[in-house]
Amino acid sequence: MPRADAPSPDGVAAFRGALLDAGLLVATPSPGVYHRGFEFERIVAGIDACVADAATHPQWRRLVLSPVQPMSNLEHSGYVTSFPNLIGIVSSFEGGEAQVPEILTTVDEGGDWTELTAASGLALCSAACHGVYPLLVGDDAVRDGVRCEVSAWCFRHEPSDDPARLQTFRMHEYVYVGEPGAALAHRDEWLERGRALFESLGLEVGVVAANDPFFGRAGRLLAANQREKELKYELVAPISSAIPGAIGSANYHEDHFGAAYSLHTRDGEPAHSACIGFGLDRVAVALLLRHGVDVGRWPSSVHAALWPPERSRVP
Amino acid sequence: MSDLDSTIRRVLDAHGSLGTGVDALHDDDDLYQRGLSSHASVNVMLALEDAFDVEFPDSLLRRDTFRSVAAIRGALESMGVAAR
Repeated sequence: MPRADAPSPDGVAAFRGALLDAGLLVATPSPGVYHRGFEFERIVAGIDACVADAATHPQWRRLVLSPVQPMSNLEHSGYVTSFPNLIGIVSSFEGGEAQVPEILTTVDEGGDWTELTAASGLALCSAACHGVYPLLVGDDAVRDGVRCEVSAWCFRHEPSDDPARLQTFRMHEYVYVGEPGAALAHRDEWLERGRALFESLGLEVGVVAANDPFFGRAGRLLAANQREKELKYELVAPISSAIPGAIGSANYHEDHFGAAYSLHTRDGEPAHSACIGFGLDRVAVALLLRHGVDVGRWPSSVHAALWPPERSRVP
Repeated sequence: MSDLDSTIRRVLDAHGSLGTGVDALHDDDDLYQRGLSSHASVNVMLALEDAFDVEFPDSLLRRDTFRSVAAIRGALESMGVAAR
């Protein structure tokens, strides 16, 4: 049940205003792109540590991934064909000094200087786990199944004034690659663990079957498949209004990434994979909606969960 | 075998990434159990649209539409594609 005093959809603008007035988020001219105040960062750090503490298995690797990755990751993951509207690629100027005057003139005249740049072969990270699969190519560890803990700054081109929908955000993920049964178990175990984690922070959490926002008509078929096969579940809670949105997502990819990256199990079959992603910034916004923008007045139980005195600063 | 069936099988052969040859498929065999992935089903859909110059309506953009040769044939017939 949403809180009775959670804002209606009409109240989203007021809630956003409260976040800005409190200095938690600092707006930029680009919708959905914010600088973070240190108080907001303290909340994110607390959530991040809670997610790190929730791990129960030894991890093959624990990594903070680069926010900029090879563009080939978008191609191999299928992201560029399934979500071309969400990607961000990095362009740069690769010409010579002789073309500098042209840039100067174009900028001075308010022209489109981006026409003088070209794709650099780099792309912004769309989802943290997409950086993991390329690392596993040729690694025999996959044969016995691997578990990775990764986090990354991610980008999705979704301009919006709703603070529930940020264009740049952090994902903290647990990824399994290996046997199909173990992949499914990984997803389902983490779904429950994620729910318990969010409930410990006072959030009113639901678990719903979901689909990714695949692009176009082909995307509608992919989405229908994903939903009918119950591959994706979201942990939802009110984020910026009473309408719940995803603060975590647990996905079973079947052999999608295993086939794309030639990752195989011991029997030579394509490895299956699963992940759970925690949207750290969305969780922070959801907590600010739930408990108010004055963090000092949050329940002591939430303070204790996010910032236990015994936790060291270094993970 | 009708032209419709042979075209469906040709599309499945080229785009279905099935584990078995399409000639061995029975009309009602479950293509998903034969290895048709979600992404391959999209390629099958697009290739069928190209082959028959049709567009699957939203109501048919479902998993069941591409579950078997018979299901695909039924969907195409419902869109006005006639067997010859």
